[in-house]
Amino acid sequence: MELTGAEITVRCLAEEGVEYVFGYPGGAVLNIYDAIYQQDKFKHVLVRHEQAAVHAADGYARATGRTGVALVTSGPGATNAVTGIATAYMDSIPLVIISGQVPTPAIGMDAFQEVDTVGITRPCVKHNFLVKDIRDLANTFKKAFYIAATGRPGPVLVDIPKDITQFTTEFSYPKKVSLRSYNPVTKGHSGQIKRAVQMLLEAKRPMIYAGGGVILSDAAPQLTELARLLGFPCTNTLMGLGGFPASDPLSVGMLGMHGTYEANMAVQHSDVLVAIGARFDDRVIGSPEHFYQEERKIIHIDIDPSSISKRVRVDVPIVGNVPEVLAEMIKLIKASKERPDQAALKTWLTQIELWRSRDCLKYDRHSDIIKPQFVLEKLHEITRGDAFITSDVGQHQMWAAQFYKFDKPRRWINSGGLGTMGFGLPAAMGVQLAHPGAMVACVTGEGSIQMNIQELATCKQFNIPLKIILLNNRYLGMVRQWQEFFYGERYAESYMDTLPDFVKLAEAYGHAGRRIDNPAEVEDALKWAFSAEMKEKLVFLDFRTDQSENVYPMIPGGKGLSEMILV
Amino acid sequence: MKHIISLLMENEAGALSRVAGLFSARGYNIESLTVAPTEDATLSRMTIVTRGPDEVIEQITKQLNKLIDVVKLVDLSEAGHIERELMLVKVLAEGEWREEMKRMSDIFRGRIIDVTDKTYTIEMTGAGHKLDAFLDALDKNAILETVRTGASGIGRGDRILKS
Ligand SMILES: Cc1cc2nc3c(=O)[nH]c(=O)nc-3n(C[C@H](O)[C@H](O)[C@H](O)COP(=O)(O)OP(=O)(O)OC[C@H]3O[C@@H](n4cnc5c(N)ncnc54)[C@H](O)[C@@H]3O)c2cc1C
Ligand SMILES: Cc1ncc(C[n+]2csc(CCOP(=O)(O)OP(=O)(O)O)c2C)c(N)n1
Ligand SMILES: [Mg+2]
Repeated sequence: MELTGAEITVRCLAEEGVEYVFGYPGGAVLNIYDAIYQQDKFKHVLVRHEQAAVHAADGYARATGRTGVALVTSGPGATNAVTGIATAYMDSIPLVIISGQVPTPAIGMDAFQEVDTVGITRPCVKHNFLVKDIRDLANTFKKAFYIAATGRPGPVLVDIPKDITQFTTEFSYPKKVSLRSYNPVTKGHSGQIKRAVQMLLEAKRPMIYAGGGVILSDAAPQLTELARLLGFPCTNTLMGLGGFPASDPLSVGMLGMHGTYEANMAVQHSDVLVAIGARFDDRVIGSPEHFYQEERKIIHIDIDPSSISKRVRVDVPIVGNVPEVLAEMIKLIKASKERPDQAALKTWLTQIELWRSRDCLKYDRHSDIIKPQFVLEKLHEITRGDAFITSDVGQHQMWAAQFYKFDKPRRWINSGGLGTMGFGLPAAMGVQLAHPGAMVACVTGEGSIQMNIQELATCKQFNIPLKIILLNNRYLGMVRQWQEFFYGERYAESYMDTLPDFVKLAEAYGHAGRRIDNPAEVEDALKWAFSAEMKEKLVFLDFRTDQSENVYPMIPGGKGLSEMILV
Repeated sequence: MKHIISLLMENEAGALSRVAGLFSARGYNIESLTVAPTEDATLSRMTIVTRGPDEVIEQITKQLNKLIDVVKLVDLSEAGHIERELMLVKVLAEGEWREEMKRMSDIFRGRIIDVTDKTYTIEMTGAGHKLDAFLDALDKNAILETVRTGASGIGRGDRILKS
């Protein structure tokens, strides 16, 4: 039987086992929406802005490891989606974005709601397709899902002209796909792995630096086993938090611009550094010149050859999939009689404890103004460290990363690479839909939350009971901090004195809210939000926090890891 | 150093813009780029001439390989190869220049392929530096127009780029 392109689209999504499609209708996708209306294989979540559709699909993907799906119309639908796509691209998140396009004969005619979506998104997708022949449609979906989820994951966009959704053809979904031009490596080079293991066994001041690649490839068990087997300390990037349990004594927390003193010092002074699914980002290593250490050896495991030796020369590059490479290393270490020099390791760990005792995350616990750090510590306590935490971008993001000690992967969901304000709330929707019974909190700022606040309506419509933890400092705090440190306290446009009453706003959308002004009320408010009584409700907590609080430690731009500003 | 990167890519709409976009987005230098179909209709062959330090060239080849449409890639300059470029030059050919231009063209093994009483059009092929040398040897005032194709390259001997 012949199916229309719209029906084929829906069937392809069902074949891929898609559970949720996040989207927003419009002219070019009306046929697809009509086909969605007539199916029951997946649910469609109507967002209130296309950017949120992509972030929600992205949150879903980060929390599950499965490919997220978004659907938008042509023209403004597609351009609204671009920020979401770029966000996913920078953090290597597997997504398939379907965009409607004007009918093929109208392409290039400046037709109504026409934009060159494939051209606009080209630099921020892993790959994209314009489907010009209905006979290619099913195969294109197969390829799109395959490319999005394999190798270094990323968003793939499929642009479908409206006439293609009307035409008909025989449908059969390909069982397999193979692309002669795309064969991601998974198994690491065994010679290189042997060299790396030898280097690890001879290390005197070893350090593991683990990134988002560990989360993306579900390699937390292998990473944890390796670190514990060798007794090596481990730091995680912002994207890698939860890849190694923060509560493990070998964890030194996050490194980088707002990383801990102990993590940054240990990385800088190590003699063997193993980078695992991490990309030596400028927010992580600061200036490459300062970072460079003549005598330090670097092992780098990454599935993307272009991540290796991009910013930093490495001694042992291993191109491969993290869990496979680590399993191979663990096997070799277990088979070897050699063990690292225990005396040297002990001295090294003692040194690290000394750095740790600097207590770089300390803050005033007796303040009568709410300290944001205190809210996050309480959040951790009340959710027993078991919540999914999404965040927006700014100071609150850094505090959440520092103070919510993540023991499990896929619990910390934030925009690291693009740093997209407005990510937190829609991403939390995707997370909550993926894990209906779980505690999901969006830690946000009063600047960020306003970038996608309209999604409170989506949460109402789909009964998404997430909790919003607003650390309201009445400032674009991260901007204010830079202005305080580097711009002579000239606070240009970082203050907004016309904030809405967030509690009333939440109520207007049909949710519950509370404003919290005193430290003494913090615990009670959080307990209320996560109580059985509020389990089915979205709760918006507006914490009035200290306006002048800064994120420490901080490495100023262009400086090196050991040049931190400390509190 | 100058590198000649030769690649085979899927003959898909937009493939060229992916390569061109990559170079501009990442700030890589691009001296010339040529693209044309091959004996296999599903593939196009592209030759890119670029310059940069070794680390940058390494990134360029890695980033190109990462493009989903790129099937195979080789940096021809890493081993024996042949480089050729076609150039058409229109020069003034009046008075004393008429004889001079003919002589120069012969020396550089060019061919005069169009003649008017005021101009010659010379066709010349060779490696880029030979074409440069020819232009340098001409009186600047006599050059009316130059058109160059950009380099094409192929490996020497049995060095073959196949999908
Ligand atoms: C306000 C702000 C402040 C920030 N401050 C910090 C900071 O202090 N510290 C910090 O760490 N970051 C910070 N960031 C985030 C920073 O910008 C980067 O996003 C982040 O450091 C990158 O993390 P990553 O190196 O783990 O790489 P990711 O972006 O997570 O990349 C993952 C890497 O793993 C590889 N990979 C993927 N899958 C696999 C696989 N299966 N096998 C092997 N490899 C794989 C990929 O190729 C890639 O190289 C900040 C961001 C913002 C917005
Ligand atoms: C879309 C977008 N615009 C601008 C920025 C630049 N920016 C980074 S942090 C920040 C301030 C965020 O303010 P708020 O959400 O209140 O968080 P706070 O830093 O106060 O915790 C800004 C404007 C950004 N990251 N994203
Ligand atoms: Mg703020």
